[in-house]
Amino acid sequence: MSTLTDRERTALAPVRLPERSIAHDLRAVKVVWHRELIRFVQDRGRLITGLLQPILYLFVLGTGLSNVAGGSTNGVNFKTFIFPGVLALATMFTAIFAAGSIVWDREFGFLREMLVAPVSRGAIVVGKCLGGATVATIQGGVMLVFLGAVGIPYSPVLIVSLVLMLLVLSFTLTALGVVIAARMKNIQTFFAMTQIFLLPMFFLSGALYPLNGLPTWLHFLTRIDPMTYAVDPMRKIVFSHLNPPISVPGVTWGSWQVPIVLEVGIVLLMGLAMLFVGIAEFRRTE
Amino acid sequence: MSEAAIETNGHLQGTDQGLAVAVHDLRKTYGEIEAVGGVSFEVNRGETFGFLGPNGAGKSTTIKMLCTLVRPTGGSATVAGYDVIRHRDDVRRNIGLVFQDSTVDGYLTGDRNLRFHAELYGVPRSQVNDRIRAVMEMVGLWDRKDSRVQTYSGGMMRRLEIARGLLHSPRVLFLDEPTVGLDPQTRSSIWEYIEDLKQSEDITIFLTTHYMDEAEHCDRIAIIDNGKIVVVDTPEALKASVGKDRVQIRTDDDRAAIARLKDVFGVDAAIHDGAVTFSVAEGEQFVPRLFAELGLPIRSVNVSRPTLDDVFMSYTGKTIRDAEAANPLRAMVAAFRRR
Repeated sequence: MSTLTDRERTALAPVRLPERSIAHDLRAVKVVWHRELIRFVQDRGRLITGLLQPILYLFVLGTGLSNVAGGSTNGVNFKTFIFPGVLALATMFTAIFAAGSIVWDREFGFLREMLVAPVSRGAIVVGKCLGGATVATIQGGVMLVFLGAVGIPYSPVLIVSLVLMLLVLSFTLTALGVVIAARMKNIQTFFAMTQIFLLPMFFLSGALYPLNGLPTWLHFLTRIDPMTYAVDPMRKIVFSHLNPPISVPGVTWGSWQVPIVLEVGIVLLMGLAMLFVGIAEFRRTE
Repeated sequence: MSEAAIETNGHLQGTDQGLAVAVHDLRKTYGEIEAVGGVSFEVNRGETFGFLGPNGAGKSTTIKMLCTLVRPTGGSATVAGYDVIRHRDDVRRNIGLVFQDSTVDGYLTGDRNLRFHAELYGVPRSQVNDRIRAVMEMVGLWDRKDSRVQTYSGGMMRRLEIARGLLHSPRVLFLDEPTVGLDPQTRSSIWEYIEDLKQSEDITIFLTTHYMDEAEHCDRIAIIDNGKIVVVDTPEALKASVGKDRVQIRTDDDRAAIARLKDVFGVDAAIHDGAVTFSVAEGEQFVPRLFAELGLPIRSVNVSRPTLDDVFMSYTGKTIRDAEAANPLRAMVAAFRRR
């Protein structure tokens, strides 16, 4: 058939791939991360539908329950009270969905393209987790436009702190999702599995009710839910920016107040632990 | 190349005497099922080497072991001079892969798929644009580079995968059933690209197929059946080893023709497909003698060389279709493993 032109011949000068290096791994992290972003931006429907559930919780449930719940929320409006929890909810589904794309990639073969590349599995998993964290933070961040609607001031410090907390939370959730996704062969099983984790995590996190004065069994369960330690700092930050500021008791272990730094540390540590488990899972070959 | 040579050099890549692929007693078992039962062969640099066998014969498993996707349970193999177990990254840097099922991201454009690959493989940034253009033009997809891959036809996707497999200048290109599921016209165009590729790049091609006619494109073929290699040789030699050509003639009096063939040439003939049919070595040389000495008018002659179907049949005692039908379990396991 066609013979190649001279131009094509020169252009086909062979590539020499470099030895594995940190720079190369970082390039791989970046491209895996970038792909998550492209997919998220392309799929605008996902952004919109992802907002639906948090908005329902915030405005429908929040308004409906505000009469019932008035006494137990430190005197603030119930919508204001659950706002941090709603932010967590908004990130949660996006983060898990991003992790689920691993299963999707496996079903459609693209995972294999990544797994035969001369790059560390760690770089691929890290890229995936950072990608999921980024898109989930964007998704949660969009909810911040409703700050004013629930009586919270648009303070730059508040917004930055919330975004950072969302970033930590979504990283941890994506990493958790990656661990679940590592062995899943089809997307239905994956979503069924995540349901087992997600709703209990959300309900136990104190997103919808205060964590003080609970029966012992529930007290215990809420304290082992990692999401508790993401919702509580956000609530403390939000309340400290109200006018006038309100200080909330927050999460206690026994009678000890868990400081914000430790709470954030717990979430981050959990995320890193999940990340390493995830990497180990992907290092296994058949 | 001896194993000792591989050991000392670590990498023989790029040397003229180096073999592209050297496999020694390679095995893979999944529980009770022996997918590959100890295969040994060598592929020379620049060669197009074909693995021919029915589904479930162990072709894909062998390719996956050579590509470092599956860890062998026994034996050893080097690709481009690197050990597939100990030097996985080196192997990966030097191979290109095209799998039988798609591994492109349908939501990304063709261009984005290739960029993703370039970044993942660490192609030097200064070469990325030129390389992408070159491989895309080679497979005739340059004008579609900005379309999402999900809008591509099956043949275009396969071409994109070939382009991607070549992007990082691999020394060995693995094609696992490169044309399966494509229509005949697209199949032949894929083969044109592969032929072009052999002309333009210094590359070894290792492919699997269960299409006999495609195996003809190979310099050498290994016939694999039930996880074992039955024979390795050039298509010509394999066909010659079957021996005889098949000759069919049409005459006005078939019965007399059969008798004369027996008397004059000592050949046993019978009627198949409404024609007098017999086998002789060197069929083409036989035809002039036939006309001169048969003594009966001949209306038409047809001489056919043995096909690879005949070869497969003569080495395994069955046709490739029979082999697939007789062993549905292996074929199923193969299909499952593909996921």
